[in-house]
Amino acid sequence: MQLLLTFIAKEFKHILRDKRTLLILFGLPIVQILLFGFALTNEVKNSRIAILDHSTDEMTLQIANRLSASAYFDVDRMLQREEEIDAVFRRDEVKMVIVFPSNFRETLLHTHKADIQLIIDGSDPNTATSILNYATAIINDYQESLQGNPSLPLTITTETRMLYNPQLKGSYNFVPGVIALILMLVCVLMTSVAIVREKELGTMEVLLVSPMRPAILIIAKMVPYLVLSFVIVGIILVMGVTLLDVPIRGSLPLLLGESLLFILTCLAIGLLISNFTRTQQTAMLITLLGMMMPTLVFSGFMFPIENMPIPLQLISNAIPSKWYFYVVQAIMIKGLHIESIWRETLILTGMTLFFLLVSLKKFSIRLT
Amino acid sequence: MDSALHVNQLVMTYGKGKVTALNDISFDVERGELFGLIGPDGAGKTTLFRLLTSLLIPDSGTAHVDGFDIVKDYKEIRRRVGYMPGRFSLYQDLTIEENLNFFARVFKTTIEENYDLIRDIYVQIEPFKKRRAGKLSGGMKQKLALCCALIHKPSILFLDEPTTGVDPVSRKEFWEMLKRLKERQITILVSTPYMDEAALCDRIALMQSGKILSIASPVQTLANYEHLLYAVRADGMYRLLNDLRAAPFTERCYAFGESHHLLPAYPNLSESDVRNYLDEKNYTNLEIEQITPGIEDVFMALLEKGSEEVA
Amino acid sequence: MSEVDNKTIPPVISVEGLTKQFGNFKAVDDITFDVAKGEIFGFLGANGAGKTTAMKMLIGIWKPTSGEGKVAGYDIYSETEKIKRNIGYMSQRFSLYEDLTVWENIRFFGGIYGLTREELREKGSALIDRLGMGEKKGSLVASLPLGWKQKLSFSIAILHTPQIVFLDEPTGGVDPITRRQFWEMIYEAADRDITVFVTTHYMDEAEYCNRVSIMVDGRIEALDKPAQLRKDFNAESMDQVFTSLARKATRSAD
Repeated sequence: MQLLLTFIAKEFKHILRDKRTLLILFGLPIVQILLFGFALTNEVKNSRIAILDHSTDEMTLQIANRLSASAYFDVDRMLQREEEIDAVFRRDEVKMVIVFPSNFRETLLHTHKADIQLIIDGSDPNTATSILNYATAIINDYQESLQGNPSLPLTITTETRMLYNPQLKGSYNFVPGVIALILMLVCVLMTSVAIVREKELGTMEVLLVSPMRPAILIIAKMVPYLVLSFVIVGIILVMGVTLLDVPIRGSLPLLLGESLLFILTCLAIGLLISNFTRTQQTAMLITLLGMMMPTLVFSGFMFPIENMPIPLQLISNAIPSKWYFYVVQAIMIKGLHIESIWRETLILTGMTLFFLLVSLKKFSIRLT
Repeated sequence: MDSALHVNQLVMTYGKGKVTALNDISFDVERGELFGLIGPDGAGKTTLFRLLTSLLIPDSGTAHVDGFDIVKDYKEIRRRVGYMPGRFSLYQDLTIEENLNFFARVFKTTIEENYDLIRDIYVQIEPFKKRRAGKLSGGMKQKLALCCALIHKPSILFLDEPTTGVDPVSRKEFWEMLKRLKERQITILVSTPYMDEAALCDRIALMQSGKILSIASPVQTLANYEHLLYAVRADGMYRLLNDLRAAPFTERCYAFGESHHLLPAYPNLSESDVRNYLDEKNYTNLEIEQITPGIEDVFMALLEKGSEEVA
Repeated sequence: MSEVDNKTIPPVISVEGLTKQFGNFKAVDDITFDVAKGEIFGFLGANGAGKTTAMKMLIGIWKPTSGEGKVAGYDIYSETEKIKRNIGYMSQRFSLYEDLTVWENIRFFGGIYGLTREELREKGSALIDRLGMGEKKGSLVASLPLGWKQKLSFSIAILHTPQIVFLDEPTGGVDPITRRQFWEMIYEAADRDITVFVTTHYMDEAEYCNRVSIMVDGRIEALDKPAQLRKDFNAESMDQVFTSLARKATRSAD
């Protein structure tokens, strides 16, 4: 135990003394989040919208006025027929079309309920989300101003239709995506490099020719990166929530628990890579090409998996980050509980055990 | 089995038998002996060290370290040997003190416990103990690596080319340290590419292409080789070398520092024979001198013979 | 060649009061020496004595803090480009591209020094013949034994017949037979009037040089023929000369 602690202390020294790598590890997620946050708030001012008003009553006009009075929207034109909607989007003339049904005011006053349809260009998911949020906020605001008589609850429901990118992959995906990527980087890359470096230095030979058990070496290499990754996950979450307004709708402990599981998966993969490589360079290349690229492509972070050809969809199942990505999204955005994600959790656990067992078995007590 | 090291017909190949690193090696090392392995790059010295420290498994043959089998009893061996691999295996970003402490812990001991053994060496680097290993000179790294290898009081020390890339003064100091360790009954197996260091060992094994060409003490090595040898020098060393090689009386001639060493083809060649031959060729400052062969001359001859046999 | 008359032929390297200072630290402290054409000049010193720094100033990589110097007739401050064209350089660490073949290396380095296609073919073939590497022409350098690599690397360093060739620890880790063959190549180069400036760790190799200088703590503490140095220091070998000088060093070698 004493030996393990000494060993871990040594690993921490390696990490803390390599200032440049440390800076990259902590700087990268911060820069990514900031960059994204900046891009997000940039474009939403003065978005052009069109209105198709089948009702043209006092209320619809008031809502239209409020929208156009806000800094976010310019009412570019009034449409006359449904058929025009498609055309204005296609010519990229507006970002959103608001459709009021006929007899809007009467419906609302009599049934206390009315629908407004928001049709949004979803091709840029970030902008689309913001537009939706702002439009909804303005409509809700108007609705509240109508509540003069509390006994008469009036509900305006908005029905949203996203064009081109119905699921609106984007902003909310970014935070889980960055977490998955950074964990890959820190755990897989740094762990494998840290072990392979000892091979390159020749210290591995000395350690092997000692009574020390290999398990100690492995655990000692893993612990610091586990701690480091956890801190980084924390930073990303805090930044995501405060700067990007990404919600954590589900349970935080569950989210952290799942992250811990994924960190272990990554550490096990890193260990496995270090078993097969002799130079830091190779370890780095394998991690970048074999792990980071698939994470980018197959986790659903950049490209929706449903749109991929079946063979690629099948491949994506073998990528651990796909499952983690799904889990994080489910917890943060959809607020789901363990009952809904136990399958994914089980898959990740299975992968972790598999990688750990293989790498422990492969870890040689001799030189190869 | 009382010898510290008993090696019996070790064979080791790499790449599925394509490259033979060690070809049927057998030798014994006595307890407390300072045993040298000398030979060119690729002779198989490092492979031999890795086998004996249980890092590799031989294709065939057996070896015992302190009576323990290198394959079966590897755990026991790893408790008893000190090993300094070819490059100084230190953590560059840890200080002298941290490196030493770490390796002490790995071997479940402390610096204090065996301080007695490393004191002579450690006092030389102690003033810099807060300095990182990466910032040390070759000589200091070498001393630190030796301390690390000694920290658990091993009974056998394996040193793989400990003096390569180290300046002559540090090299000299290093051999003095080895002598002191030997006095404490630690068996030392050391490899080196420097011929002059061979003379400092109790016995030397000369290795080439995975084979041991000879094992003998330095005195014996010289005694086994009685050859007439001339040292010849003059202005225009390159021309001199070519002329001597072309001479009818020359068996072999090679550059040897300030002079060329001339090995005559027949044992009764006299100095004046050589002088007469060279006088026709107008050399200035010509000097010819009969000399006794040194260890390097002997090894050169053995190595040369060895490579002829291989070829 | 060892008795080149320094008076009639101008020295090919001439250095006076050369100093390189890093902050308060004088890496090279006021060194003065000449090297004659065709001479084999040994440049010795412990790690950290300032050898490498001095050498880097001579080959035009670093600017001196003060002092004068000419290499191959060119000023070491203002004519470094011309110096580089007239010297060859071989370091222990970087010499050849391991993943190129013998011939590709020759072509590449010859090209760097501006050899024409004709010259390349002619000198390259001569080089291959001299080394007896005809069969290995198309082999990757990585597959050659260390000794061959070093010989090839030296041959390439003098492919463009430079006035001076600088060798930085050229024989590290090579067996004695190969080392001797290497020194024969150096003799041959000197015989062709190429001046050889060599640093080495092997003190016995110092004896191959016409003259050696020994640096201690940034200064040249001894400079003479090996035999004369042994006499002056009352020593049996250059190793002893070096040891008695280097023990005086106060600088902790870094």
